Amino acid sequence: MKPILLIDFGSTYTKLTAVDVEGETILGTAQSYTTVQTDINDGLENGLRLLEAKTGKLEFAETYACSSAAGGLRMVASGLVPELTSEAAKLASLGAGAKIVGLYSFQLTEEDLEEIAALKPDIFLLVGGTDGGNTACILHNAQMLAQLEPKFPVVIAGNRTAARQCQKYLEKFETYVCPNVMPKFGVLNIEPTQKQIREIFLNRIIHAKGLSKATALLSDIMMPTPAAVLQAMELLSEGCEGEGGIGDLIAVDVGGATTDIYSIADGMPEGMNTVYKGIPEPFAKRTVEGDIGMRYSVRGILEAAGADRIGHIAGIRPGRVEELVAWLRENTDSVPDGNEELQRLDFALASMAIETAVARHAGTMEETYTMMGLTYVQSGKNLTHVKQIVVTGGSLIHTQRTAEIAKYALFSPAQPMSLRPKDASVWVDRTYILAAMGLISTRYPQQALRIMKKELEYYGYSE
Amino acid sequence: MTADKKKVLVIGVIGADVHAVGNKILYHAFTEAGFEVVNLGVMVSQEEYIAAAIESNADAIVVSSLYGQGELDCRGMREKCDEAGLVGIPLVVGGNIVIGKQQFEDVERRFKDMGFDRAFPPGTAPETTIAALRELLHMDGETV
Repeated sequence: MKPILLIDFGSTYTKLTAVDVEGETILGTAQSYTTVQTDINDGLENGLRLLEAKTGKLEFAETYACSSAAGGLRMVASGLVPELTSEAAKLASLGAGAKIVGLYSFQLTEEDLEEIAALKPDIFLLVGGTDGGNTACILHNAQMLAQLEPKFPVVIAGNRTAARQCQKYLEKFETYVCPNVMPKFGVLNIEPTQKQIREIFLNRIIHAKGLSKATALLSDIMMPTPAAVLQAMELLSEGCEGEGGIGDLIAVDVGGATTDIYSIADGMPEGMNTVYKGIPEPFAKRTVEGDIGMRYSVRGILEAAGADRIGHIAGIRPGRVEELVAWLRENTDSVPDGNEELQRLDFALASMAIETAVARHAGTMEETYTMMGLTYVQSGKNLTHVKQIVVTGGSLIHTQRTAEIAKYALFSPAQPMSLRPKDASVWVDRTYILAAMGLISTRYPQQALRIMKKELEYYGYSE
Repeated sequence: MTADKKKVLVIGVIGADVHAVGNKILYHAFTEAGFEVVNLGVMVSQEEYIAAAIESNADAIVVSSLYGQGELDCRGMREKCDEAGLVGIPLVVGGNIVIGKQQFEDVERRFKDMGFDRAFPPGTAPETTIAALRELLHMDGETV
């Protein structure tokens, strides 16, 4: 036996997973409150006691951690055109596991600067212009940022012609120059920037967030939790040497405040009569819906789906739905706990959260008649042929109706232009192991993959 | 701007027009002539030309239209360029830009009234457009 400890410092809970990499089994999981304000080790030690109460005393050979504590990795980005370089900056940041707290386009204004100062981002991503293209915007924005207090690390990944000058303007800041996120029109190059963001997170942010006290215990690898989950999903989809993956997939994590969606698929147009519009999206794509969540953001679900639809699914009249949603927003700790009405409401809310979030993540297809006949215009990823859906989140794992909820991620005749999977198998992560598997996948990909295949609950085709 | 920097053109076929062949020919001809070409392909909206021109700091926009609806599709493009800060950017249009037999002088005048710097009739050779672009972009002395 070779026990490894995986820690996920969450905003509320510190989750621990003990894995035996030799036996390829989960030895146990436990969670305890995150104590980042005082000493992060208090919560961690408490969690360890709970864990070892289940597993017995363990001598961990290695320990790895990821974190979304203290607000996660909070980033602000600025680009030039909203649909182009600003969008590329957003995709880069989200894929690195960050939370976008501010996104700007064109030239930053005095008001924008005041907002950014108040936001106090952990990292700023400064982009704009293709290589050899527009320099005026990124140079202006660098000059504007230079006056700002507080100082934060700035990743410069815009027009390469302007990079050095931006660095000069920002000499009082810690700056990092990366290759342009959009070197040519319609070409995305976000991996180098993502690598840089993760490095800054590892070397700098974890200290600033009071997490470094725990690092004495850690062997290595500290990444934002969403980055760990994305890594796990890439492994599960693509496989590794000696172990095959399950193919293209989407994954949804419905949380209390936000809903995260991951897709590992190409999604480019299939037919000859389909024209692609907009920037090409990354093969491994992550989006976050900040207004879709089961408690803090429950109003966003109501706004997106409407009380009528939620009421219809839950079998509750719309007026009562609104009352209950208002109550849930105030009582964010509440769980259905046997209350049959709340169970039905949570089922409907989770279903609509998944439907809304996946529809926003997936691409769309528009029909246009041209002189050459019917033509399709696709923007975003075509996920209709994705056959696997991975789901997690409190509202999905504490119910037996998980597969029914997951179905709402699928293609719907009511929204024929939304390119969601036509039919898919459902995998449920009932024990929150995805982040942990992402962490060990760096060193032990085969073992991580086999554990996921074994531990995730498989529901077969949803039809 | 350095002297050796290539002039950047944004090209594409406007509107609900899927004629892809001429677009590819122009892309190769312009590239061959020494331009840096951002090719948006077919079914391009005015907004897409403008967004691409902003990011790439384009020197000119070349609009193609083969299906006869060019006049409708191009309406308001100059004003949108002005609004987006691309004040004075050369706009060039060519192809089967109108329907029916019309005097090209009339057609040209209408497109010039809309703010296009040059309009070209059907069957224009790429060399003609290249020469016009060189003139518009004051590249006469340069070898591109």
